[in-house]
Amino acid sequence: MFIINCPYCGERDQSEFSCGGEAHIERPKQPTELSDDQWAEYLFMRKNIKGIQFERWNHIHGCRKWFNVVRDTSNDKIHAVYKMGERPPIK
Amino acid sequence: MCNLKPLNIQYLYSIYEQNMKNKYSIFSLIKNALSGHENWQRAWRDPEPKKEYDVIIIGGGGHGLATAYYLAKKHKLTNIAVIEKGWIGGGNTGRNTTIIRSNYLWDASAGLYDHALKIWEGLSQELNYNVMFSQRGVINLAHNLQDVRDLKRRTHANRLNGIDAAWLSTEEVKKFCPIINTSQNIRYPVLGGTLQRRAGTARHDAVAWGYARSADKMGVDIIQNCEVKGIRRSGDQVEGIETTKGFIKTKKIGVVAAGHSSVLANMAGIRLPLESKPLQALVSEPVKPIIDTVVMSNAVHAYVSQSDKGELVIGAGTDSYVSYTQRGSHNIVEETLRAILELYPIFSRMKMLRQWGGIVDICPDASPIISKTQVKGLYFNCGWGTGGFKATPGSGDLFAHTIANDEPHRLNASFNLNRFVSGDLVDEHGAAAVAH
Repeated sequence: MFIINCPYCGERDQSEFSCGGEAHIERPKQPTELSDDQWAEYLFMRKNIKGIQFERWNHIHGCRKWFNVVRDTSNDKIHAVYKMGERPPIK
Repeated sequence: MCNLKPLNIQYLYSIYEQNMKNKYSIFSLIKNALSGHENWQRAWRDPEPKKEYDVIIIGGGGHGLATAYYLAKKHKLTNIAVIEKGWIGGGNTGRNTTIIRSNYLWDASAGLYDHALKIWEGLSQELNYNVMFSQRGVINLAHNLQDVRDLKRRTHANRLNGIDAAWLSTEEVKKFCPIINTSQNIRYPVLGGTLQRRAGTARHDAVAWGYARSADKMGVDIIQNCEVKGIRRSGDQVEGIETTKGFIKTKKIGVVAAGHSSVLANMAGIRLPLESKPLQALVSEPVKPIIDTVVMSNAVHAYVSQSDKGELVIGAGTDSYVSYTQRGSHNIVEETLRAILELYPIFSRMKMLRQWGGIVDICPDASPIISKTQVKGLYFNCGWGTGGFKATPGSGDLFAHTIANDEPHRLNASFNLNRFVSGDLVDEHGAAAVAH
């Protein structure tokens, strides 16, 4: 259980949000030219990191906007929050 | 006249000496009772790792220990180590809600889980260790018309696969488990349910201990408090593992690390389709026997049984985000208890004693992976998600077969890693008896 600082609404309980999984997975630009291996990579394979992870969240019970979060999955501590389309503030 | 010998302690002891050495039995119990229970031998050794093993199993939970046991027993490989970061059975093996059933929809799943259930039925005898397997039946409730259709379909599918399954009307559910609130005026009324009578529960710790003791007896080294720090590869062949107790050489590695599977895959340089999430459970204060079966509800996500100590054992859901914290969110527990209270108003004044989380590795199709990988000598048994305990013996047996023969068994052929490339998924998301 933790607090998320929504870039539009401010600090709210995590239960107001919905997690959209790993961030910065780009939709293939040429879907028709993808091999089965590349499709599997895009659709299913995930980093599932224990440590600093970049992920998408949606303020589903609030402003309903999507944004990105940098979170340490080993202790649920949030290191940064940034809007869609922005570059991650830390590496 | 038949030839009866006098029945005295000495005679019993001589039988024990002849037949029961190192075995748990009424004779060893009497012998140790007479000496004040001070001479029980430790159930497995605590060895230092050797320089090299034929097979190394990473992960000393039920699945890992069962794998080592069947490698030794069925495939005559005894130069095996099980490497465990903490203590054996301290991960998800000791954190689950101990439910065992095999009423899955698809043929591949039915084959896999019923294979496990058949081994469970003789496991205490086989291991000479009481795993307290109790076939008290598992009910899955239907709360809306779609549930009724889905569950009836699953009942038919189960029967076609030779798995016992019955449909119960609301009245029959009430008769089987009288404390359920079957009023049609509640938010999610009980419209019926399925019953698998061969399903039930087992003592989860005992499963790890029983497999550990039997594997150790055949020469398997169980190495606890030893964390794997790296997997060394030479080209596309594994060479060994780096651990906190030094480098150990091997040509075959079986990874059975549940929530930490992706961490180990990363060490070996391969990718897995997993997400690790906290799954929670809780137990109440102990009370007298009140529920003698297991009741699960997919739609309201609540399931409950009662342990032999008298505690209600309640399973909650997973969090929606990746986390390795073994905690889980409060709102998940709240939702589950809300559902429990609607179905069982009798529990309204029960106090909950303990709550915990385990990290479960969830596959996109909610089915496990028991598979070779693109790295030679590297095998993964993972992706059991929210329901791996029930499969422990079958999983160990089939993973041992896969490692020993470098080929999957017929029963786990569908559960390969390549299905995410071919698209031949075993989609048990909606089909499984409980929400994933």
